[in-house]
Amino acid sequence: MNLIVAAGGGPVIPNFGGSADKCAQNNGLFCWHWFTSHWGSIFGPALVQHIVLVLIAVSIGFVIAFAAALLAYRMPRWEAPIVIVSSLLYTIPSLALFQILVPFTGLTRLTVEIALVMYCLLLLFSNIVTGLREVPEEVRDAARGMGLTPRQILLRIDLPLAVPAIFAGLRVATVTTISLATVGAFVTNQGLGAPIFDAIGRGNFKTEFLAAAALAILLAWVADLLLVALQGVVAPWASRRRSSLVPRGVVRAIRRRPRPISAVREA
Amino acid sequence: MLALGSSLGTQFLDSFKFMANNTGHLLHDTLSTLALSGAALGVALAVTLPPAVWLGHVHRGSGFAIRIANLGRALPELGLIAIFLALLGLGFLNVMVALVIVGIPPILANTFTAVDGVDPEAVDAARGMGMTERGIVFKVELPLALPLMFAGIRTASLFIIGASPLAAIAGGGGLGEIIVNQASYGFDGVLAAALWIAALALLVQGLLALLQKALTPKGLKVRARATGERAPRIDVGVADAERIAGIEAPAA
Repeated sequence: MNLIVAAGGGPVIPNFGGSADKCAQNNGLFCWHWFTSHWGSIFGPALVQHIVLVLIAVSIGFVIAFAAALLAYRMPRWEAPIVIVSSLLYTIPSLALFQILVPFTGLTRLTVEIALVMYCLLLLFSNIVTGLREVPEEVRDAARGMGLTPRQILLRIDLPLAVPAIFAGLRVATVTTISLATVGAFVTNQGLGAPIFDAIGRGNFKTEFLAAAALAILLAWVADLLLVALQGVVAPWASRRRSSLVPRGVVRAIRRRPRPISAVREA
Repeated sequence: MLALGSSLGTQFLDSFKFMANNTGHLLHDTLSTLALSGAALGVALAVTLPPAVWLGHVHRGSGFAIRIANLGRALPELGLIAIFLALLGLGFLNVMVALVIVGIPPILANTFTAVDGVDPEAVDAARGMGMTERGIVFKVELPLALPLMFAGIRTASLFIIGASPLAAIAGGGGLGEIIVNQASYGFDGVLAAALWIAALALLVQGLLALLQKALTPKGLKVRARATGERAPRIDVGVADAERIAGIEAPAA
């Protein structure tokens, strides 16, 4: 190994941080010892920062998207503009969006959070609106017949029935945000993207690359599982067996025929 | 506040000056970004379409298709590039593999769902008329599945172009090269390239939306008008988590 390093030339491997660590010195594929000994100084803090970034972004994004979805649900003419604006934001490559925001908010965590919230919006909004719209009209009719006010219908009928779609949106948005938050390290040296850039700075240190990427993937996976579990607690009626694996909605969504919602509502 | 406003203006003004002075450079990088993204999309399509169409045709493996799609969703683009930096080192191959992986999940999920969801009565009618299985796939299922399939391809292109600037850290070239290299180009250059690639991504998505309209078979358009259906847009995983635990997403 040392021979190869020497043959490869000095500048290729400037500093792999492991003083006595043979594996790290040779830039082995994954040096478990280096990983565990740098957990406290590199990976642990990065993971915590990452979780905080994502929690803040998804929470704020959810509040905004939820308000927008209620607006679009009550006043359908608002839906198209909201979808267009959030689609445009969603289309901008993350690295570019982060940099475009820098003149406004600087190299701060605020910049990263704003960009992450922007990316959440479309995912959350579309799912919440779809969830509300997919409540069967007959159910609403029955509620109206029982004398429920529009407000009661929203709180007791529409929202509970929309829970699966809302959680679907939360899961997609959370996993996406976890992925995009790594890019935020370009702007502030925080989150699980930071060790990746650190690894580049050390001369492409493999262990650090793999550890950071694996933690990001693991975090996305765990977050998704937690949201599924949370849905089971919050809305046990909505947790169906194998629900997450059945691709039933796709076909239905594109074949959906318009329902005479407005006609009924005006009557 | 005034000072902030004026410095803001200056920064954007400087970036436009950079664009004016470096148009050739930007255009050259744009071409290499497009070439890289196009090649990645092409490989992703070539790898994904045949098995996805086949699985949809025989209505098998929905669990498999969905699981792959979900697995793909959880992969952060930057993480993928980092993994392949460790496994393959710097260079074109690394970037290409990462971008192809980014593109596969939406194509797989949408193609499978689209072909699997073709009206069984249409397929039965075709079979009754004596069409071969091959004929059914190419003349009945694919035309009917095309709009939803194309939505998946658009989503894939969105992800790939979104991830393409990140490729620069692995030596992939393109506009990302300027964005990650503030030391050489200054913030004017970084901002210019960021604005440029944002415009490029929007332009490509706009063109693909037009292409989707052109590709939709006439019969489907007529039906859509009659029933008030809308063409599938970029798939953002609406109810995916329900339907597919969230096929699509990030623009990385």
